[in-house]
Amino acid sequence: MEQRKRPLSPHLQVYRLPLTAVVSVTHRMTGVLLTAGLMLFVVSLAMIQCGASSFNAMQTFIQQPLVEIALWLMIYALFFHLCHGIRHLFWDAGESYDKLLMNYYIILELFGSVALTSMSFLFVQMGS
Amino acid sequence: MKYQTPLAKARGLGSAKSGTKHWWMQRVTAVALIPLSFWLILFVQQLFHASYPEIKQWLVSPLNFTLLIAWAFVGFYHAALGLQVVIEDYLSPEWLKIVTVWLVKLTFLGAAIAALVFAIRIAISVG
Repeated sequence: MEQRKRPLSPHLQVYRLPLTAVVSVTHRMTGVLLTAGLMLFVVSLAMIQCGASSFNAMQTFIQQPLVEIALWLMIYALFFHLCHGIRHLFWDAGESYDKLLMNYYIILELFGSVALTSMSFLFVQMGS
Repeated sequence: MKYQTPLAKARGLGSAKSGTKHWWMQRVTAVALIPLSFWLILFVQQLFHASYPEIKQWLVSPLNFTLLIAWAFVGFYHAALGLQVVIEDYLSPEWLKIVTVWLVKLTFLGAAIAALVFAIRIAISVG
């Protein structure tokens, strides 16, 4: 018997995700990425306890432009995760579920995470 | 004849686990990580610009030493809780979920302990 072609309901692939969903997925992805960042933190401690030569080698390595860019992207991910995390804490308290406010807060989060990353970047440059 | 009650069957499956504690600790660690994230930027500044004796002196000051260990343990705790949710959402066979969550938790505990050991060794070397 011939299989009748049934209509399929639209699946995620054909559905344009609203901004809130995109940010939610990004929150998850940055969370997973930051796990790798935590591991790098432990590696940096390992290099410091190894002695001066390994610390100096690491310092030269992270000052390479591409590595430095990657590190700052990681720090941006941290601040994005932090800003959206604060949103989650507001939601947990039962606040700000208004649809219009949702998109407004996303702009605020994106702006906040860029601002925090830039300020941190300037702060780190001040140390030289 | 089976004497097992439906409740006994349900226990340990489904939602009869410890979700509330997981949810709550995720929030508690999240709040703790807000100030600790700003401390990390101070650490990154040291990594980029401090000399070897300088960064060691910086790390073993009582405040930085405390925050370093707090960052490692709270960070890995938060990461373990978060990855657990991701694993439970995207891996489908039950045994694979359980084994992966175990592996993640053991690895993160090990990494946090390693951070503690490294910190202590740095402190000892400063003397």
